[in-house]
Amino acid sequence: MRAVGLAPWGLPALGVALIVWAALNDTRLALILGVWFGAWALNAYLSERARSPGARLVVPLIFGVTLLALWEMAVQLYDISFVILPAPSAIWARMITETATLWADFQQTILKGALAGYAMGCGAAFLTALAVDRSTFLQRGLLPVGNFIAALPIVGTAPIFVMWFGFGWQSKSAVVVAMVFFPMLVNCVQGLKASEVMQRDLMRTYAASYPQTLIKLRLPTALPFIFNGLKICTTLALIGAIVAEFFGSPTVGMGFRIKIEMGRLAMDMVWAEIAVAALAGSLFYGIVALIERKTTFWHPAQRRG
Amino acid sequence: MSVAASIDNATPALFAALRRIVGGALPVLAIVTLIVAIWYLAAIGMNRAWTLDQAQRTGVALSQAEVIADTMSQERPVLPAPHQVAAEIWNTTIGEPILRERRGQMQGNPRNLIFHAYHTLWPTILGFAIGGFLGVLLAVGIVHSRAMDMSVMPWAIASQTIPILAIAPIIVVVVSNLPALNAAVDQGWISDDTKLLVPKALISSYLSFFPVVVGMVAGLRSPQASDLDLMRTYSASRSQTFWKLRLPAAVPFLFTSLKVSIAAALVGTIVAELPTGARFGLGARLLTGSYYGQTIQIWSALFMAAICAAALVMILGALERVVLKRMGARA
Repeated sequence: MRAVGLAPWGLPALGVALIVWAALNDTRLALILGVWFGAWALNAYLSERARSPGARLVVPLIFGVTLLALWEMAVQLYDISFVILPAPSAIWARMITETATLWADFQQTILKGALAGYAMGCGAAFLTALAVDRSTFLQRGLLPVGNFIAALPIVGTAPIFVMWFGFGWQSKSAVVVAMVFFPMLVNCVQGLKASEVMQRDLMRTYAASYPQTLIKLRLPTALPFIFNGLKICTTLALIGAIVAEFFGSPTVGMGFRIKIEMGRLAMDMVWAEIAVAALAGSLFYGIVALIERKTTFWHPAQRRG
Repeated sequence: MSVAASIDNATPALFAALRRIVGGALPVLAIVTLIVAIWYLAAIGMNRAWTLDQAQRTGVALSQAEVIADTMSQERPVLPAPHQVAAEIWNTTIGEPILRERRGQMQGNPRNLIFHAYHTLWPTILGFAIGGFLGVLLAVGIVHSRAMDMSVMPWAIASQTIPILAIAPIIVVVVSNLPALNAAVDQGWISDDTKLLVPKALISSYLSFFPVVVGMVAGLRSPQASDLDLMRTYSASRSQTFWKLRLPAAVPFLFTSLKVSIAAALVGTIVAELPTGARFGLGARLLTGSYYGQTIQIWSALFMAAICAAALVMILGALERVVLKRMGARA
């Protein structure tokens, strides 16, 4: 007996019924629903039939384009006020005309603030993990404390760091360092513990020294954990750098621009900055994930097929 | 059995328990002591310049001990000493009434830190509930539909790369202009205060849904192939497999991700208070502290946020232990 099951044709039938119902009441809604279900049906078909790596790229792409199309349609058809939600086409137009400003903001916030802080914070966490690794006592103390601090709203330290390091990118980097340090540290410490006793014993029977064991056994087994930390930290770094700009910044930077344009109700510019931030964030995450796939190809989570 | 004998029998167990507590707490205590010690040293180092500067201006020669004492009792230090922050937290929680009389009625006292924490906690819990529910729903869809797995999952990851603070002001503008919400206020279903709470809750749910999706997808997929095969030999339907195998297997994963998620929800609420001109809440307290250079106030708000985060995570941890015990897991 199937309790909540639906027949294979159940969902499409439900969709068609919904569109017909909408068409009787509001043609605009019917149009939007029609595009949605059409794209969804295409995706359902593609994901069931085509199992090539191409489909892996096309299916999410169709989904994203559909969302954008729905957004545009909703804004155009329902005449949504520009102040509330500008259409994607308007945002795109703004991105084309304001490329120079966007690029300057990107340089200030992402390339200087976020990346510098990310490199320093993750590097320092890794070195600390190596130092702590030799003492089980410190490890046992540091893991709970580190986990606790990693769960705290560290973003709140932003005003403090802006006071300490001034309005330049240095204070943004400092916030990023504070945000990424503990998540990275916890992951590194856990990763360094990941090799099995048998494997370490084997290294000992080879009379391997501490650096040899570290480089040949323990660092490779730690890599999945380290990359997990690095991936979490990409998002944290961007958030930290942008949030810190709200507490004081030079007259350039993504957070600064959002704050100013928001006050002038230039919502298309605000959205343009968000689009840049999202692209930068996805790219940043993607690059780290790509490096992970190249370096930890042996790990079960990375094996395909 | 005599009392003495029973104590005698209990002693080894007692010692084992004691050793476990000391063995677990001692390293943690050592690290915390280390951090506090570093903090004090940093406070002395960072506040020294101001103390020496003041002393030079007034022409007073200070001894080393006097300089150190002064670095720990400034009104607006660069880095407040731990005991200053502790005193501030004490004064603004126990030392201030939570309610005060204003314009003839009792209202929350904005000088009380608990009042601000309350204004941050409600949206956090609401946002966590919304985010957790959506996260579980999405995960169930992703596990059962290949199309959803392939189209939604990459965008769920991409959604988290959008810096939340950037969209916070937009969400506030959009939500406060929603016709449905305004109608609800006009009808008297919700108060104006509740309306202000909605955008904060939405922003925190945006941050909190993602860990739940990831954890729940992993959990629902955690049953081994042999378990799933067994369900197939029972000719169990998809919904039976879901309720009897996948969901129970996912519960430990769910709790782990809920703990991450509620901490994220708190961050979301605090961040949401920054650009939206909120007057109450821990984020608002941080902002006013930074405007007026009240470093002690900033640090006390920060620690209040930390206490809230710890309390929320601990409550979930207790719930986790109860639920897992009920489900028959070994502690």
